[in-house]
Amino acid sequence: MKVLVAVKRAIDPNVKVRVKADGSDVELNGVKMALNPFCEIAVEEAIRLKEKGLASEVVVVSVGTSAAQEQLRTALALGADRALLVETNALLEPLNVAKYLSKVIDQEQPQLILFGKQAIDQENNQVGQMVAQLIGSGQATYASAVNQVDGQWVVEREVDGGSQVVALAMPAVVTCDLRLNQPRYASLPNIMKAKKKPLEIIAADTLGASVKEHARLLGVVPPAVRKAGINVGSVAELVDKLKNVAGVI
Amino acid sequence: MRTLVIAEHSAGQLTAGTWSAVTAALALGAKTDLLVMGGVDASAVAQQAALAQGLDRVLLAQGAMFEHALAENVQPLITSLVAEGYTHVVADASSMGRNVLPRVAASLDVGMLSDVTHIVSADTFQRPIYAGNAIATVQSLDPIKLLTVRASAFAQALPHEHRCEVVAVEGGQSASNVRFVSEQLTASERPDLSSARVVVSGGRGMQSKENFALIERVADKLGGAVGASRAAVDSGFAPNDLQVGQTGKIVAPELYIAAGISGAIQHLAGMSGSKVIVAINQDAEAPIAQVADYMLVADLFEALPALEKAL
Repeated sequence: MKVLVAVKRAIDPNVKVRVKADGSDVELNGVKMALNPFCEIAVEEAIRLKEKGLASEVVVVSVGTSAAQEQLRTALALGADRALLVETNALLEPLNVAKYLSKVIDQEQPQLILFGKQAIDQENNQVGQMVAQLIGSGQATYASAVNQVDGQWVVEREVDGGSQVVALAMPAVVTCDLRLNQPRYASLPNIMKAKKKPLEIIAADTLGASVKEHARLLGVVPPAVRKAGINVGSVAELVDKLKNVAGVI
Repeated sequence: MRTLVIAEHSAGQLTAGTWSAVTAALALGAKTDLLVMGGVDASAVAQQAALAQGLDRVLLAQGAMFEHALAENVQPLITSLVAEGYTHVVADASSMGRNVLPRVAASLDVGMLSDVTHIVSADTFQRPIYAGNAIATVQSLDPIKLLTVRASAFAQALPHEHRCEVVAVEGGQSASNVRFVSEQLTASERPDLSSARVVVSGGRGMQSKENFALIERVADKLGGAVGASRAAVDSGFAPNDLQVGQTGKIVAPELYIAAGISGAIQHLAGMSGSKVIVAINQDAEAPIAQVADYMLVADLFEALPALEKAL
């Protein structure tokens, strides 16, 4: 059975972002980009399902500019079989991305569609759920375990206050949380092999998705700066400050 | 203009985040209704919700299909209610709100804004991006605006003595593509992490699960909640749902005490909105020092018991 994994090119999680001087957006010029960490977990999970014999083919797909080929190659080096890039230079609004992806899903007919639970740049946490709605499938967000039982996907979810288990008919959408697995590193031979794996580029406007602008970014500002703190020499001094200066205890 | 707030409840009580979502909704300046969905008897929750100041009506949907608020089951109900004439839908950015609302958005063919921290106007909102390192101002162009709001950014709505009208509504479905299997909730006497006035968090520096008792004792002295860094959760010192950070809970208590937490970008994203931040760390150069109001450079195995005693 086929597993499709949607991945995003995003800023490297260790980069400290800066807001552009004109306040139009954050500065991404010359900034290190990477595979979004949650997408990496989704790719890892798909590969593990293949290694367990539960998946026969792992297809990775990304929506974005041609630069996203780099992240698709990373996913191929980790073990995905082939890659698809839905190429567009437009701003990646979640619903539009979901519409493109649902068209790809129509063509590919996977039994499981894996996502990261959110991208660390825009932090929307929406695309997986939107795709599930558009294709009419069940969803398990924030997955911390994925198993197959009696032709269903049984998924443990991290929810506020604990965990929940749901069973989903196929095809199903699962979005991956941090605790699902520990992604592997790509070895040099696998990176070399990945260069020969198929990567198909699809022009976004050939998919027939009815996309439109839903929101406009008016500006970006840095968060308020906290005023510098002080060092305290002892627990007694700390308690005194909290009681008498800060007034919080 | 009319606003629908999606309520959330557990153990027969509205969550603190729901009361905050009501405050955010009222800031939109329109008539506001609140939808309570639940199993066979959610009417007590609806009666409690009807006390929230500023609400126009409480809508009550009862039925076994609403029991665990599965997105597939509740989406048809919310979509049909919204289509009847709401311009705004607001939910707490809890795991439930984040799970359900994007499905509703896709069904209505509108976008959605996640984790809103400030309402500028009825169509313009602020939300943090890049782990809270930038604040975006975004204008929604859709006829219906769907928002999840960050509970810690809005005060909780006050109850008053008059109940608003409670109206029964029907809809929803038992979706065939999903089935609830089980759940395991962490029982705790302590206040809810997302809304606690005080949070005491431990990190990798706690070294073991047993040592986390030092954190718990300080939290209990302060009537606070216990939190943890990702490193502490990954090491098994604390359960997942106590994780504070970009991928865990976002908290903004009056007092946040970080013990043995270095202060990675992803952790700061979850707590840098706290009013007063205390860091207890052996490393004076740890990044947490840059946001701490009070930094105590000390061995936390001595400092935490001393702090417990001094409180």
